This record gives sequence, C-alpha cells and structure tokens, in this order.
Amino acid sequence: MNQAIRHSWIAAVAMFALIFGAISYVQVVGAEELKANPLNSRTLLQNFCNDRGAIIVGGTPIAQSVPGSESCKFQRTYTQPELYAGITGFFSKNFGVTGLEKGMNEQMEGTSDQLFLDRVGQLFLGNQPKGASVELTLDPAIQKLAYDLIPDGQRGSIVVTNPKTGGIIAMVSKPSYDPNLVATQDEAAAEANINELNKVPGINLNQNVSGPTGALLAPGSVFKLVDTAAALSSGKYNKDSVLPNPAELSFPGIEYRLPNYAGGNCYTQDTASFAFALQQSCNTPFASIARDLGRDAIAQQADKFGFGQEMGDQLKLDYDTREFPDDLDAPGLAQSAIGQRDVRATPLQVALMTSAIANGGVQMKPNLIKTLRAPDLRIIDEPKPEVLRTSTTPEISRQITEWMTSVVSNGIARGAAVPGVQVAGKTGTAELGTDGLNNSWFTGFAPANDPQVAVTIVMQDVDITTGAQLTSPNAKKIFEAVLNK
Amino acid sequence: MTKTDGAPKPRRNIELLLLLLALSVGIGANALVGVDQEKAFDSDFWFQSSLLAVAALLFHVVLRLRAKYADPVILPLVVALNGLGLAMIHRLDGPDSETGNDQLRWTLVAMAVAVAVIWFLKDHRILRRFTYISLAVSALLLLLPLIPGISAGEILGARVWIRLGPWTFQPGEIAKITLAIFFAGYLSSNRDLILLAGRKIGPLQFPRFKDMGPMITAWLVSIGVLIFQRDLGSSVLFFGLFIVMIYVATSRVSWVVIGVGLILGGGFVASRVFSHVGLRIDGWLNAFTPEVYDRQFGGSLQIVQGLFGMASGGLVGTGLGQGSPNTVPFANSDMIIASFGEELGLIGLFAIVLMYLLLFTRGFRAALGTRDAFGKLLACGLSFAIALQCFVVIGGVTRLIPLTGLTTPFLAAGGSSLLANWIIVGLLLMISHTARSPVDTTPLPPGTETDTRQAVPAIPGQPGSPAPPANHANPD
Repeated sequence: MNQAIRHSWIAAVAMFALIFGAISYVQVVGAEELKANPLNSRTLLQNFCNDRGAIIVGGTPIAQSVPGSESCKFQRTYTQPELYAGITGFFSKNFGVTGLEKGMNEQMEGTSDQLFLDRVGQLFLGNQPKGASVELTLDPAIQKLAYDLIPDGQRGSIVVTNPKTGGIIAMVSKPSYDPNLVATQDEAAAEANINELNKVPGINLNQNVSGPTGALLAPGSVFKLVDTAAALSSGKYNKDSVLPNPAELSFPGIEYRLPNYAGGNCYTQDTASFAFALQQSCNTPFASIARDLGRDAIAQQADKFGFGQEMGDQLKLDYDTREFPDDLDAPGLAQSAIGQRDVRATPLQVALMTSAIANGGVQMKPNLIKTLRAPDLRIIDEPKPEVLRTSTTPEISRQITEWMTSVVSNGIARGAAVPGVQVAGKTGTAELGTDGLNNSWFTGFAPANDPQVAVTIVMQDVDITTGAQLTSPNAKKIFEAVLNK
Repeated sequence: MTKTDGAPKPRRNIELLLLLLALSVGIGANALVGVDQEKAFDSDFWFQSSLLAVAALLFHVVLRLRAKYADPVILPLVVALNGLGLAMIHRLDGPDSETGNDQLRWTLVAMAVAVAVIWFLKDHRILRRFTYISLAVSALLLLLPLIPGISAGEILGARVWIRLGPWTFQPGEIAKITLAIFFAGYLSSNRDLILLAGRKIGPLQFPRFKDMGPMITAWLVSIGVLIFQRDLGSSVLFFGLFIVMIYVATSRVSWVVIGVGLILGGGFVASRVFSHVGLRIDGWLNAFTPEVYDRQFGGSLQIVQGLFGMASGGLVGTGLGQGSPNTVPFANSDMIIASFGEELGLIGLFAIVLMYLLLFTRGFRAALGTRDAFGKLLACGLSFAIALQCFVVIGGVTRLIPLTGLTTPFLAAGGSSLLANWIIVGLLLMISHTARSPVDTTPLPPGTETDTRQAVPAIPGQPGSPAPPANHANPD
C-alpha cells in the first residue's frame, strides 16, 4: 500500500511539473507573443499615461506626449492632426492603436530591444521611462501641398515616393479626421467622437486600414502597365508589335462586347502600336493581350509588381493588398486586364508598381522612417534603402518608361507635363457603375531619364471631366514642387 | 508516552515559528496592497490582521492540546496561502465590494469548524463507522442544488449552488470530503475481496464485474454531476479521487487503466453530447480566435485575459497592487492564480505552487506514516484531491487543459471552498498526529471515550495494513 501511496505522490508531483512548465511558458517563454496579441490591450493600458517618443516631420513633432492630468501624467496630442492622421494613426485607451503609433509602438514606448540599455539606465537612475522619437521621410511642404490638392469634400489619395530609395515623400488622403478626438483621456468624449467620425462616408476608425494603404480600388487603365510588362516579358511581343484595336472585342458564343475607351482617339485606328494604345489608353489591345497570354501570365506579372504581396518590413503601417483575381471566364479576363471587374489595388500599391518601372524594374521597400532617436537624440536606427523584389527587367522598364513619356508628351496625360522635364505617366479611369462616376487615376514619375519622384493620385467617385482636372494637372504641381527644390 | 531515544518529537515550537512567518507573509501582503491604495494601516487593516493572527494562534494552541504530534508544516502553509488569498481579494475589491471581509469571515468560520473537527473527533478512525452514511450524505449534498426551493438556480452555467436565507453555498465542496470518507471506508473493508478475485488479461489483472460496483458508482456520480450540474471540474475531481484511492487500496494498475479509460470515454461522449463541455474544449483549443473570444457563453475572453495578465507579470511581476488584474473576469475567484501571476510574477507564483506541493506532500507523508488502512486511504485521497484540484485550476488558467470552474484551494474567494479545504486540513492534521505519535498511545488518546475504544482495537488487526515502527513513521 505504501508503494502505491508513493506512486500516487509521484503522479501528483508530475502534474505539478506540468503546471510549472505551463506557468513558465505563459510568463516567460511565450510572454512576448501574448503581449503582441491583437486582443491584448493591457500593455496599452499600462503605457497609456507614460511619456512616449514623438513622431517628427521636418524637425517638427506631429505627435507628442504633453503633460496631462494628475491621474494620467501624459496626454498624446497631434499637431496638424488632419494632415497627418493617415500616417500617425491614433493612440487611444479604448479604441486601440493604429498607424505609426501602432507600427512603432515598441520604439516610442521604449520597450524595443534597441532601447534595452536606456531602459536599464532608467531603472537605476529612477528616471521616467521615455521612448525613442521617430523622424519620418515625409517632406512637410509636399505633404501640405498634396493634401490641399484634394478638394474638401472630395474622396481621394495622393502618394509621393522616391522610386530609388522607397522613401515616402508625402502620403495623404481625404476625408481625414482629427486623431486628438479619439486619443483624449476623456473616455466618454472619445467614444462620442469616434461614433460621430464613423458617420462620415470614407471614415471607419474601427477598421485597421484605410486611405492610401487600405483603400482597395479598381485601378482601371493604370493596370495596363502590368499587361504591357507581361506582354514584353512573354517573348511573344516586342516594342514594334502591332496590336489589334477593334472598336469592340467580342467573345464567341457570348453577347457581351468589351468596348474601347471612348474618351481618346482610339476609334481612329483598328490596329495599334503599344505607344498608341497606351497614349490613348485603348482597351481592346490589352484585352487581346490578356486573352492571348492567359490569366496566369497577367497574374504572375501582377504578383511581381506586388499585387497581393508583402510590402516589406520598413513601412510600419498596416496595409491591405489583393492578388489578381482567379477563376475568370473570357470576358472576365478581358475586363480584369483593363483594371476593372474584381481587380483591386491601393494607391500605395499603384505607387509601388510605378516606382518599380522608374527604378529599372527593381521595387524598393516603401519606407517612412528616416531615423530613430533615443531620448538623448542619439541616432539608434537609420533604415537603409532595401530592395523589395524585382518586378521586371531593366530593358522592359526602360521601354515602358519611353511609352509612358509619350503618354504625357503626346497622349491623354498631357496635363502632367512639366516644361523642361521629361515626365512619364499613365492615367486610369475605372468605371464604378452606370451612374457615370469613376475612380480617376494618375501615376507617373519624373524626370523620366533619372527618376527623382513618383506621384500617384486617385480621386474617387468623380465624373470624367472632374477626374481629369484633379489628377494630371495636380501631378504636375507636385513634380514641380519636388524637382524645384 | 515514555520518552525514549528516537521517540517522535511534537515539534509544535517549529510550527509556531513557521506560523509567525506565514502570518507575516499574509499580513505583509495585505499591508503592501493597502500601501498602494493609500489606505494602509487603517483600523480595518489592524482589525483584520489581528483576527487572522489570533485565529491562527488559537488553532496552534488547539493542536498543542489535542494533536501535539501533528505535522508542523501543514498549518503554517495553509495560513500563508489563506493570508495571501485574503490580501489579493482585498486588493481586488472595488470601492463598493466587501469580498475581502466576507472572505475573512468565512476563513474564521472555516478555521473554527476545522478546530471543532480536531477537538471533538479526536481520532480519524471513528469516521470509518460512517462509511455508508457518508455515501448517503454525499448523494444528498450533490442532489441539493437540483432541488427546487433551495437551489440557487443556474449560476454561470452550472447548477452547483444552494441558497439558505442570505447565504449561497456549494455543497459539492463538502461532498468531496464525504466521498473520500466513503471510498476510504469501503475500500479498506473490501480491498481483499477486490484484490483476490479477478481475471488476468495480459499483464493486467482485471477485477470481477461485481467488484467494479463502487467504481461504476463513482463514474455515474461524476457523469451525473457533469450532466445535471454542468460542473466539469468537480466531475473530474471526484473521479480522480476515486481512482487514486482504489489504486492505493489495491496497488493494481489495472484500476487506473479502467478508470482513465472510463473518464476519457465519458469525457469524449460528454464533449459531443453536451454543448457546455464542447464549448469549453473549443474555448481551450481555439482561445485566440476572435469568434471564440467574443462568444457570450463558453467564450475564451476570461482565459485569454488571464494569460495576458500573467504575460504582463513576466518573471518578477508588477508588484502587489501595481498591475491591472481587474481586467480579467473573476479575478478574485476562478482566475486568482492569474492575478497572482501578474502581480507576483513567475517567481511569486512558483512559490505559491511550491506551497501547495509541500502541503500535499505532507499529506502523503501522513498517509505513509499512519498505521491503519482507512487513514492511509483517507489521507492519500484528500492530499491527491488538493493536488488534482490545483492541477485542474492552474492548468486551466495557464491553458494547459480546458478551464473548468474549480476553485483554487485557500486562495480563491468563496466560503464553501474555504470551509471544505479547512476541514480537509483538520483531517490531515489529525491523521498526521496518529502517524507520528508514539505507537502505544495511538488507540487511546487522552480523553478517548468508551465507544471509540471499541471501534479502535479492530484496526491493528486490519489485514494487509503493515504497522511500521513508530520511528519509521516520523517524517522528520
């Protein structure tokens, strides 16, 4: 009997060994993972009232912690809140953390590994914990200019990047909002404010992503750049290929006809060169290419431009992205090839595609962070430009650049032309339905022979005329502003 | 009572020393909690601390008088755990809740009942006479929550509460003890029968079907508790208790095999048939899935928030009163382990779990030392019950196993649990007293009444129960 008692004790001790293991796992081994879980608001609660590193643009803080109340020592505030809301996000007690506040949370909180020694120092000196400041790649003047180029009441986004480094120069969208309204320590007010803000069409603060990184929009004709790259890299087409350009594309056994773009001069020719098809943004040549190459060739090229792919570890913002659709019938593939139907891209995605063409086919990781500074202003991190992926060959990108240049000099993106500078560009008009409203796009870069800046503009829910006025001419203003510096 | 070389020592002075240490842990924790909430050292604090200290010291005095050979470590361990529980419950009390004071009241009541058990029962072997009465009482206690009128209805999905005037009570906690008494009594009387008859299949000797009666009974009780009271934890606890006791009685692994088979089979069927069991398991496996997390019934919010709390505590914890354990539902009862993990860290929680380990180890030691089969079975069963209950609760909180509604002994807020566990402590102390006291005084402790005298002599003749020499029984 005593032997059995000893065995029972061993069984009990074995159960306790499991308990010790489980506790160790939860509190030490797996603790970081648990802390990072999106359901976990505890770290936020603990740090909500702490001093937090600032977010700085051009030497000026756009988000910073200022002394708060007796019970909550620091209050996060945003200067120029609407202008930068899409970048900073907000830091709220009850509604979570978004934007860079989320992406750079550990650094600004001071809990990242990069700040370990500082933390040890604070522990011994008894100083208040204070996190690192984040200096952004944004240019405040361009940011302001871009923001003002979207009329109030108009939904739209503008992304300005440096195609050679991946650095983001400006990224704005409207409607915007004031993050201070959500970050306030007055919890009741924050709740009332967020409910009020969410009523504005185009704002949903319960969603993680929106605006340039999150709005999935039909890209329309800017997607023809993907078709062009796919055609050239297939080997079946070259720069001199003659493409069919009927007024309508018909499909055997189906009544549907895909019409050509009505706005340009497509109707003047029933065959087209790549240059003409891109200049006039004709639909049927690209639909024919897609029919010829098949869905997979287009989808693979879209993947290479980043559709539905990772955007790299330097962005520090949440983003959405969508692959080229699957399971397409013949009309579906034709419509998808001209960026309609279920093809979706965010403004940032289109900007990355254009940047890759500008940069010899090499897509750089989009980056917002210029430097990370410890509380004593010492630089602790300075992200270097990094290659995200190779989208196409230098030859193909050079050829597409040449055609995009003719779109601005000769074609329907004439409004983007800057005197004395070669500008490459492509427009897009994605039809949204039957009421005549479109998503109007411009994407391009300058100078074409040595790209310094890429600009992507989308205006949502506009008629063709308004869309044309708000895209190419605005791109011109941004090109001028960046290049004249 | 002759003093000879190697004779066991009472060791009550060591107990007193450890008790003072234990009180300083509990009261110190309460003071720290108070410091953070800026109400340190008010009259309430002194009142509560002195009550706890006086009660613990009185308990000690009773042991000196009535059970002077009792294990000197058990009482201090339990006082330390109970004190820590009081401090944490006090810390978690909001401005309008008085759970801390309720818990103190229940602690005092429970200690008084445990003292009464030691004082009036004098010798645990008397309980053997109540074997079948215990079975009846267990059945009654388990049925009470289902009887309209006194049932408190379904609280948090389980029907385990009864209402008596202003009080609610969980009779299942007491049933744990009466069932242990029944099993110990039944098995100590019938173990030979169970042992000798049976069929050998492979290396395992299986019992005759009619000898499996009590095991089937225990299984039905567990399943009944599971179905009618929807109390998965108690069901596992009762059945585990029985398996261990029948294993100790027979030393046959076959019983464990059958028992574990029955529990797995029953559990599997239950998880398929009863939605509450299935939900528990789903909430355990898919705890971090948002749908499961947000589910209103059987959701994993509680366990996930508990895990977050423990993770934020890390190695050393936030410090008492510095964390935010209140974000976890039931922070002062079902999830109190997570509250401790958050504020005392891995180190503090290990210390608490080690205290439980020491506690049940001393219980097993008493089982080894005592000379009668009934006492061995009872001490072993009760000790294992403490260990199993800790495993089920802490394992559930740390997501090692599905979370069930058992309480953490001595720590968690709840009167029934405190009462039951203090009675267990009283019984273990009594058994350890007989285990360690010199052998010639065992049958006749001072003040034993005549009827005891009749019952006791039968025990040394108990077949199969070895009577080790007294010094052998000394655990020190």
